Amino acid sequence: MKEFKFDTLVIGGGSAGMAAALEVSKRGFSVAVAERENSMGGILNQCIHNGFGLHHFKEELSGPAYAEKFIDMVETSNIEVFIDMTVMDIEEAGDLKYVYGLSRITGMIKFSVKTVVFANGCRERNRGSIGTPGTRPSGVFTAGLAQRLVNMEGYIPGKECVIVGSGDIGLIMARRMTWIGAEVKAVIEIQPYPAGLTRNIVQCLNDFDIPLYLSHVVGDIHGKDRVESIDVIPMENGIQQKDKSFNIKCDSLLLAVGLVPDNELAQKIGISISPETNGPIVDRQLMTAKNGIFACGNVLHVHDLVDFVTEESERCGNYVADYLDKKTPSDQFRTLPGKNVKYIVPNFYSPSEENKFYLRTMIVKNRAELIASVNGKEIFNKVLKHIQPSEMISFDIPKDSVHISDCTENTLEVRIV
Amino acid sequence: MKKDMICISCPLGCRISAEWENENEITVTGNKCPRGIVYGREEILSPKRVVTATININSSWISRIPVMTTGTIPKGQIDSLLNKIYRMDLDIPILRDDIIIKNIDNTGIDLIATRSVKT
Amino acid sequence: MNEKIFDVAIIGAGVVGASIARKLSSYNLKVALLEKECDVSFGVSKANSGIIHGGFHHGSEYLKSKLEVQGNRMFDQLEQELHFPFKRCGIIVAAFSIEEMKTVEQLYMNGISNKVVGIEMCNQRRMLALEPKLNTDVVGGLYAPAGGIIEPYRFVFSLVESALKNGVELFTNFKVVASAENSGIYEVTSEMGNTIFSKWIVNSSGLFADEISTIFNAEKFEITPRKGEEFLLDRNSAARTDHVVFPVPDSVSKGILVIPTVEGTTMLGPTAIPQKSKEDVSTTSINLDMVFSSARRMVPSISQRDIITSFTGLRPVLKGGDFYIDISSKQPHFIQVAGIQSPGLTAVPAIAEYVKDLLKKDGLILIEKSSYEPSIEKVPRMRTLPPEEADLLIEKDPAYGEIVCRCESVSEAEIIAAVKHGHTTLDGIKFYTRAQMGRCQGGFCTDRIIKIIQRETGLSYEEITKRGKNSWLIKDRIGELKVNSYRGIQ
Repeated sequence: MKEFKFDTLVIGGGSAGMAAALEVSKRGFSVAVAERENSMGGILNQCIHNGFGLHHFKEELSGPAYAEKFIDMVETSNIEVFIDMTVMDIEEAGDLKYVYGLSRITGMIKFSVKTVVFANGCRERNRGSIGTPGTRPSGVFTAGLAQRLVNMEGYIPGKECVIVGSGDIGLIMARRMTWIGAEVKAVIEIQPYPAGLTRNIVQCLNDFDIPLYLSHVVGDIHGKDRVESIDVIPMENGIQQKDKSFNIKCDSLLLAVGLVPDNELAQKIGISISPETNGPIVDRQLMTAKNGIFACGNVLHVHDLVDFVTEESERCGNYVADYLDKKTPSDQFRTLPGKNVKYIVPNFYSPSEENKFYLRTMIVKNRAELIASVNGKEIFNKVLKHIQPSEMISFDIPKDSVHISDCTENTLEVRIV
Repeated sequence: MKKDMICISCPLGCRISAEWENENEITVTGNKCPRGIVYGREEILSPKRVVTATININSSWISRIPVMTTGTIPKGQIDSLLNKIYRMDLDIPILRDDIIIKNIDNTGIDLIATRSVKT
Repeated sequence: MNEKIFDVAIIGAGVVGASIARKLSSYNLKVALLEKECDVSFGVSKANSGIIHGGFHHGSEYLKSKLEVQGNRMFDQLEQELHFPFKRCGIIVAAFSIEEMKTVEQLYMNGISNKVVGIEMCNQRRMLALEPKLNTDVVGGLYAPAGGIIEPYRFVFSLVESALKNGVELFTNFKVVASAENSGIYEVTSEMGNTIFSKWIVNSSGLFADEISTIFNAEKFEITPRKGEEFLLDRNSAARTDHVVFPVPDSVSKGILVIPTVEGTTMLGPTAIPQKSKEDVSTTSINLDMVFSSARRMVPSISQRDIITSFTGLRPVLKGGDFYIDISSKQPHFIQVAGIQSPGLTAVPAIAEYVKDLLKKDGLILIEKSSYEPSIEKVPRMRTLPPEEADLLIEKDPAYGEIVCRCESVSEAEIIAAVKHGHTTLDGIKFYTRAQMGRCQGGFCTDRIIKIIQRETGLSYEEITKRGKNSWLIKDRIGELKVNSYRGIQ
């Protein structure tokens, strides 16, 4: 078994992993990236639609183009990339971590590193996670799998499909299926409002007269061998109105019902996971409860814009470098999601530094106010034009906004009203 | 005549209205940037969209290469563009931004690769 | 047409048929194993709970009790030869009232009369020491250390592999629809018009044993499917117990169990609902709450958040509730093996012996085969290998270095092994390797598995199915459908 030494091993060579690795490398440390697929870029490679990079590159790119700009930078850096490599296990050994990764070419490699960055993204929720009843025929695909079959392999996974979930992934797939000659019979959304961007409702559904059923759920799936039809049930006041259900004939069902950070490895080594984000609990430096192990991107919490993943991961890379430089972080205190806030990342802040936060709300509202307070005293507020659960909110609290007191917890609570 | 619509030029999604007596005088309101005026006019005269798709490529490690139009093209020309490129087979090497089809149907818009496939 | 005359044709390649086939493969016999699905274990055995029972649920007056206790003891030897996942983790029955303790006493007496070794009545303290995740309201219960768990489909695959290695011929997609008998030889015809000839018939066709019996003009009886829904929880579920946990049974079924599967997930179920259809394996939303509240009564930390999938199995229930294993009194050389519901999986090694003895009694001449080889080759599983061993294995075969299913760490080499053993559908590969069985349920690996099947079998993408028949995955490629997306816009 070969053994390699690096300052940092980044697990995952998608948008998060590349951005983090580049920053660590720029600061003069040795970095390796372990990437599971045969090229870097992660999920961006199958997101061939445009709309990426407006914040970061100030231009509208396709997913693969956004990825390639980073791949080019990684390739001209000193970062060592191990493609086709799956990380199997992590062990802690004093200040060092042993990470075991394998690939066809290299066999099993033992990486002996000072820091590890989890940047291995998320997975899709599936039929089991939403408990769709009925038969179990072929033709039920998660939207991401369908997207890979279409955009990477050139297959058409069904001629008449129904899509569950009106988030951007569901909407983009509605257009994609239409643009390859399939018919999208309906998009079903459990909430009373669409989860995706209005722009995507217009150009992915309205352009093709695809019906969007808000406040509806999928009932039974029918078909013994292959999907033949599905039942659609209206919801009223949160209750399924089964007597009003109707049937749609289709040969495929695409599930775009949410994403979950993929944290099996982290959990295996005892890193505590936040029940709200399903990602690790991290401090202001995006370091998990284990010293020297960091997390960024969709493995930390699911983002809706890759530009935000890049921003967070570049910061993470710099925090890793600070750690390797043995810079002592300043005192930290907890952050707490308050009223109408589903989660806030990171889970700690430092009063003597500038703090950047990402949060998700649980409500839909125009002109909402975000209020941060410490020890009951308001220290920051921001007016938000429009909020909804599917759109992540970011804000910065400037350095020295908080005057901490020695005798209290100094927890920063963020609420939305 | 009046039509309410949502501008799709960027993720903001402004609610805009276009009003017109004849097709030469269209007034757009509600837009927060000049792109809204262009979008509102075009939606009345000739709605246009950016197209993304994939094309077969003879490569050792990938089956499809992603492509995109460099700007919006009229909706009425999109289906024929897609049916045309789905019949194409491309050879390596292709670099990102390489032009696959120049000046699609005299629109002044090109179709470019959005990923490099060298081997 | 196959002109060869088999000595024995076994109808149904579930766990019962497969066990009998393997047993008979140790003798100088020509044996055919007929299966209506495209792969073995695709019927009742696929959705079995995988429990190796403890021999205390039924009294000694039942044939099934006798075979259960005998069968249980045979699994260690079988595991050594056939390498299926098996663990004697022990079974506990948790009682929550003095009333329930009375039933537990009865179960204990059953166990004693069935000569079960190690069975024990427990008080509350003993129960909580054995299984700390139990609800502390438990008042006592039963402990059967010889109980255990296996992966039922892997067991069937191994049995069939062993049988084929020793000369049994397998006919898949062979749905028996007609038979004719001519001077002591049965002519058996499939739905697709294929025919085989055999001197003896073993009817081990699970849910369809009544229909097969009718086709052969043998005994009339009725199999009633009883539906069992199961829910599978993630590997990381905090509710995973050390033992299989049973409630105190009622008259209909053994109740909702908490099953720590051999492969690390946790399974809850099964329900027990009689139904007419032998095909309907749909799941329902109403049973979810019932299953979870029953399971949570025993293990409170069980959470619906951990569900990764649910599925349904059908038990082939015969009136009277016992197994029906006998020589037909209506047709010559016809052996009935019907009504094999719980504890059928546990009993199956003993059932195979029992059927072998019946065949002998019925005149079949059994001569042990000198070339019989009881062991099959073990396919290494990357998920369980220490790093050094994994490294050596990849050096020998680089396909072990390609992890295809990330959730269950299944390598390409394991998938190739599945294909080579004839499992060429997505479900076949899933049950052989566990790829697609983890928390993403195939979201990340389905496209890669399709590619491997294509490469290894030469099948085209339209021919690849989830589980045979019309369960196609992809029919067209981009370019084959005309795009007409902006209808009406010129």
